[in-house]
Amino acid sequence: MITDVAELERIAVVNEDGLGDIMEVSMGPHHPSTHGVFRMDVRLEGERVVRLKPVFGYLHRNHEKIAEHGAYLSAIPYTDRLDYLCSMTNNWGYVLAVEKLAGIAVPERAEYIRVIVAELTRFQNHAGLVGFLLQDMGASGTPLMYAFREREKVLDLFESLSGARMMCNYMRFGGVRVDCSPAWLTETRQLVGRLPGFVDEFENLLRANEILMARTQGTGVLPRELAVNAGVTGPMLRASGVNYDIRKVDKYGIYDRFSFRVPMGEHGDVYDRYMMRILEMRESVKILEQALRDIPAGPVMDAKARLRGLRPKAGEAYGRIESPKGELGFYLISDGSGNPYRYRVRPPSMINLTILEDMCLGENIADTVIILGSVDIVLGEVDR
Amino acid sequence: MPLPSPENIKAQIEAGVPGASVTVIANGSPSGQHSLLLDHAHARAVAEFLRDDAELRLDYCSLVTGVDWPDSEVTEKVKVKKLVAGPDGAESEKEVEEVRKTKVPGYLEAVYHLFSMEKKHGPAILRLRTANRADGTHLPSLTPVWRSAEFQEREAFDLYGIVFDGHPDLRRILMWDGFVDYPMRKDYVPPEDDILVTGVKA
Repeated sequence: MITDVAELERIAVVNEDGLGDIMEVSMGPHHPSTHGVFRMDVRLEGERVVRLKPVFGYLHRNHEKIAEHGAYLSAIPYTDRLDYLCSMTNNWGYVLAVEKLAGIAVPERAEYIRVIVAELTRFQNHAGLVGFLLQDMGASGTPLMYAFREREKVLDLFESLSGARMMCNYMRFGGVRVDCSPAWLTETRQLVGRLPGFVDEFENLLRANEILMARTQGTGVLPRELAVNAGVTGPMLRASGVNYDIRKVDKYGIYDRFSFRVPMGEHGDVYDRYMMRILEMRESVKILEQALRDIPAGPVMDAKARLRGLRPKAGEAYGRIESPKGELGFYLISDGSGNPYRYRVRPPSMINLTILEDMCLGENIADTVIILGSVDIVLGEVDR
Repeated sequence: MPLPSPENIKAQIEAGVPGASVTVIANGSPSGQHSLLLDHAHARAVAEFLRDDAELRLDYCSLVTGVDWPDSEVTEKVKVKKLVAGPDGAESEKEVEEVRKTKVPGYLEAVYHLFSMEKKHGPAILRLRTANRADGTHLPSLTPVWRSAEFQEREAFDLYGIVFDGHPDLRRILMWDGFVDYPMRKDYVPPEDDILVTGVKA
């Protein structure tokens, strides 16, 4: 592996004069490992990557413009479609920003329900990601099916709560749309009780597998300083050894009431990023157990909150949460009218791609696939 | 440790970067997130100062975005003294109401939200404004200071037409190469959708 950038540049320049064997490969947009419509323009010397430019925008529908044309309320179902695996956390990011902008309070019970659905979302996202990552590595089928079996149970809970498996459209400014029933809580408690067993099984499946370790350890290393400077967030950042979890830093909602740890990696390679997801699933289960134990009775919507015809005072607000993929933020500017003057999503998936090239330089072409897999992107959010 | 107030940060910048002009822009929302408007010439130096200052350590640039503020017309009624001819033909001075229209030129704005991963505080918000919306849409790029601005400045270039001088790779990012307009601007008119129109006509 060549780590010296000057050396790589020298190779690239020499070969542009036609003196060497540089091959340009366009990976995608329809490539099974790209998790959607995503392309990488790769230059190879032999099998080694000397340049890599991500190309995206195939799914761009100008989400921000659509939201600026509608009322504050009407943007919520659109946020479901950003990162379509995590609609609950997308809802939360947006309503949190609106609550900051308009100064809306949230009742206790709604805060607990938000934490419960958000941690279930994180669990199923991480399970899915690990499944896909192992699939990319050649562990065909089994891990992914294990992950999807578990994910389906979570989606069943979402469906009985909100009416939809994936496009939940569940949260509102000032609370959540409908209360959960005692039966739903019982079912959720039962499921959460079974989750640690699933993580054990899932982890034991391949954690110490020799092929997996050989392919992932030392591959796609992201140094700590670069990760901070490039605004990488979420499990990817923590895999590089930076202790930054917005649930701990901002303590939004009621996250200060739960005891949980922030797992951290040391090497910042693909293996650390894979382990980070496994460890975060365990922490999510801890939070879920506490939230399900402590959830109080009460209303789930703030009585004073207005949904239709919300007109926040002129001003701006940035609200952010720790979504399963990283820092999901919404930046809103109000001009006093019924729709946002400016509506901006901070998409963690897209910003985490900034350093994709840095992680892939000098690696084998086959490894770009698992490096991309370990970033955890969803194109609905990258392209918006 | 909480972040110092915007006025405090302004004072620190002015002490740390000689010649920099910083204006605090108040925010009327309950969020209370005020921002700092920077001048173009010192923007890069101010950004480096904010990133490296031992107390502030704003090492993490979370969000970069464009905002469009189109040209606007302010209408105001002004009372003016004028010579008015009376019914008898004699001119006398009277107070008359007049409607005056003043054009306020628009601009594009780039907004940067900064946090500190080391000190765990933020956000500090920076704003840069272009001269106008037509030929003067250049701003200094802050990508050399925070790598996280790379794709987001490209996006602001793509959708708003802000040209970031000093950006290493300023190309369209979401729209395709060869697309000519800037779709997020407020006065953007979407082209007629061929597919839908054909469907109606046929």
